[in-house]
Amino acid sequence: MIKAILIFNNHGKPRLIRFYQYFAEDMQQQIIRETFHLVSKRDDNVCNFLEGGSLIGGSDYKLIYRHYATLYFVFCVDSSESELGILDLIQVFVETLDKCFENVCELDLIFHVDKVHYILQEVVMGGMVLETNMNEIVAQVELQNRMEKSEGGLSAAPARAVSAVKNMNLPEIPRNINIGDINIKVPSLSPF
Amino acid sequence: MSPSVRLQEMIRVIRSARTQGEERGVIQRECAAIRAQFRQADNGGRSHNLAKLLYVHMLGYPAHFGQMECVRLIASPRYSEKRVGYLGAMMLLDEKQDASLLITNSIKNDLSHSSQYVQSLALCTLACMGSAEMCRDLAPEIERLLRASNSYIKKKAALCAVHIVRKVPELGELFTPSARSLLSEKNHGVLHGAVVLITELCQRSPDTLAQFRKAVPELVQVMKGLVMSGYSPEHNVAGISDPFLQVRILRLLRILGRNDDVASDAMNDLLAQVATNTDSSKTAGSAVLYETVLTVMDIKSESGLRVLAVNILGRFLLNNDRNIRYISMTSLQKIVQTDHNAVQRHRGTIVDCLKDQDASVKRRALELSLALVSAVNIRSLMKELLLFLSCCPPELRSHTTSGIFNAAERYAPSQRWHIDTILHVLTTAGGDVRDETVPNLIQLITTATELHCYTVHKLYRALVTDISQQSLVQVACWCIGEYGDLLLGGECEETEPVQVTEDDVLDALETVLQSHMSAPATRGFALTATMKLSTRITHNVDRIRSIVSIYGSCIDVELQQRAVEYNALFKKYDHMRAAVLERMPEEGTETPQPADQVCDLLDLLGGSDEPLQPRPAAPGPAPAGPAPAGPAPVSSSTGGDLLDLLGDLDPPTAPCVKVYEKNGVTLTLQCDSQTDTSITVSLIGSNSSHCDITNFTLQAAVPKSVQLQMKAPSGDVIPADGLGQVTQTVLLNNPNKVSLRMRVRVSYSAQGSTFQDTVQIDSFPPVTCE
Repeated sequence: MIKAILIFNNHGKPRLIRFYQYFAEDMQQQIIRETFHLVSKRDDNVCNFLEGGSLIGGSDYKLIYRHYATLYFVFCVDSSESELGILDLIQVFVETLDKCFENVCELDLIFHVDKVHYILQEVVMGGMVLETNMNEIVAQVELQNRMEKSEGGLSAAPARAVSAVKNMNLPEIPRNINIGDINIKVPSLSPF
Repeated sequence: MSPSVRLQEMIRVIRSARTQGEERGVIQRECAAIRAQFRQADNGGRSHNLAKLLYVHMLGYPAHFGQMECVRLIASPRYSEKRVGYLGAMMLLDEKQDASLLITNSIKNDLSHSSQYVQSLALCTLACMGSAEMCRDLAPEIERLLRASNSYIKKKAALCAVHIVRKVPELGELFTPSARSLLSEKNHGVLHGAVVLITELCQRSPDTLAQFRKAVPELVQVMKGLVMSGYSPEHNVAGISDPFLQVRILRLLRILGRNDDVASDAMNDLLAQVATNTDSSKTAGSAVLYETVLTVMDIKSESGLRVLAVNILGRFLLNNDRNIRYISMTSLQKIVQTDHNAVQRHRGTIVDCLKDQDASVKRRALELSLALVSAVNIRSLMKELLLFLSCCPPELRSHTTSGIFNAAERYAPSQRWHIDTILHVLTTAGGDVRDETVPNLIQLITTATELHCYTVHKLYRALVTDISQQSLVQVACWCIGEYGDLLLGGECEETEPVQVTEDDVLDALETVLQSHMSAPATRGFALTATMKLSTRITHNVDRIRSIVSIYGSCIDVELQQRAVEYNALFKKYDHMRAAVLERMPEEGTETPQPADQVCDLLDLLGGSDEPLQPRPAAPGPAPAGPAPAGPAPVSSSTGGDLLDLLGDLDPPTAPCVKVYEKNGVTLTLQCDSQTDTSITVSLIGSNSSHCDITNFTLQAAVPKSVQLQMKAPSGDVIPADGLGQVTQTVLLNNPNKVSLRMRVRVSYSAQGSTFQDTVQIDSFPPVTCE
């Protein structure tokens, strides 16, 4: 069982935290701090498995982490999960994020935390691995987002208007309009 | 614009805060605004507010006032609001909060919603934070969804069912039939969920396990399909077709094949196929191979397959990728108990991994090395472990020291080696050892009578070099106090002779007494040692008197008390001083077995003698600090009648087993009576040499769960030439019916010298009685 999934940056600021076991709020922050402390000490060429934390789950758990540029993706698992499998799962998750956000970077995670949660929900459910096929995950997330947009209501009206205009096929506006002697130069409008 | 645009604004504002205080201020203002908005009636921005609250929660600020809002949002008909509401429920609520009960009804309604995405939200939330009552209420719904036609829902329902079974194990039977039928699915997601569900069901109930054994052929077919199929772009990870599913199935096969021949036979071929065909150059392939190896070792597989599996692990161990090496050591750890010899072959590589720079690899290598220690390799392995101790990371030190002590206690080839090892550990890592080390070591030194001189010289040298390691200093002080005369005598065959004068010794002890580094307990040791020396030295008794009287006004109450008492010993009770301060007699003492000691069945003697002795031992002199209390004498009067009764039943032809024979002394074991949980044996000592054997004593030790009672021996003198015998009856009570073993220590004097031997009795002769 996966006990927790943590994403934080090189300075320890949490970018996504998801616990599958109940912990009080201050306990959660302590766990994040301890995990960051353990993970940040590691070199880049050592193995991706860490033992030795004391807060989550006692002795039966390990931390499996991957470091991508400025972010650490840490999965706290117990002994019932295959360690190499989880390592691959982190890779699948990151590639899915990449597909959903188009070249994902840390800012995407910062400003769209809720979306990342919804994507994660399609990969891991209740601490167990749900789906590992990237295309399937992306497709489901797309459909759900579409559903949310379709019932946007009033607040989504401007968005709908913009997308409606985008999809309109405006004919080419002539650059120069010659009406007799008058020469009107039409400034080039930036496309929507 | 998506609903979270105002969330983004808030995030931007929070990020622009330059100090922690500014950030706190911004967040407090935002939370106040959110709270106000929650109190208002329905407005369009509810989901934004909850999203903002969840972000703030992630940063570590309190967010409990959002719980009721989650409940309200979940009940809303709009998908966007439901989504955020459920997310909030999973982050903020758990079964301990009252609000969680309120969402049960919403979940129930949503489970039958027309849209599969709403259903999936409900399933997800139930699987994350469903309490036992909620699970009980909603289990029939989940069971119905397991049979739905939509594979998206089916896979989520399967995992939800796993959660329900974990919370309420009795509901497992409800899901068993549907789980079975899910195995014929084609969709990998559903298959994966089904395998997880079946694994959970089998682990909880042995009946279900027996039922699912019949599904082994089906599982083998699915695996074969995965392994032999060509490239399938959907599930391909680094050339392996759906390794996640393969790993899950292999794990389930392991559970089903354990201890069952039929099931194990059915999977032998498949496992051989997977082991040979899987390409292990990438992580995915290694993951599958690793599971295969563990499965092979755990079921009743053919020996050829087992050899193949251990070889794969050996190959993994030599791999350059540290992850693979780590994994192979983890799996070797799992099989070291059952296939000890196979793992021993790789001992060299494992010991090399102790020097790896990766802390995780070091940790695994340490665990494995400690498990591989045996009587054969103890010396070489201990050298490596001691080397490791001097450069190991601080978090591993206490574990290493306890491991080293355990190994030394179990397999020490000689007492001198044992003492040397413990001294080495104390010098290197004295701050990380267990508390019982000091009394244990003192006990060990007391029993090693021929090494007293060597020990005290070595300890004196260590003391003079460095007085910062408290445990070492304590033991050194004690030894100098006890055996000071040997130290001053100067000669010792085993180390180079060093002239130590009385002044040197007293200087060393005084340094300890006065140093700021010494703990109060250590100073107590030093004071007592100084006092004891007063009877062992000749010239500087006055110096000792003055030291002792100075501490009579020490601030530390314990030291003061000791000093005052010793002062009294000098003044009023000088005639008793020699008797009080003489050397401690050897005696067996009760040392509490540390709970984490690595013990197999034979948890005997633990470096000290078993407490039970046939005669009461003399208590040690009171002022000697660490002297453990003498054991209570075993009453031999009770049960004496029983003994006679059993003695009468004893047929003359009961078989005797000779367990010890040396120097003409023979010890035989005879079983008097035996029931399911207890056995009575007699140990008979006889003497075929030409001189009498005196002080013949027997001490016995048994595994922890067995109780031992030794009756009084018939005597302690065995006349020569077989003219007499000494008999001692031993009663063993074995309530847990573990396999009985006993270790007996025989000690006696013959021709002016003492002998001591230990015998191990692994099997007790059967009793023949009418």
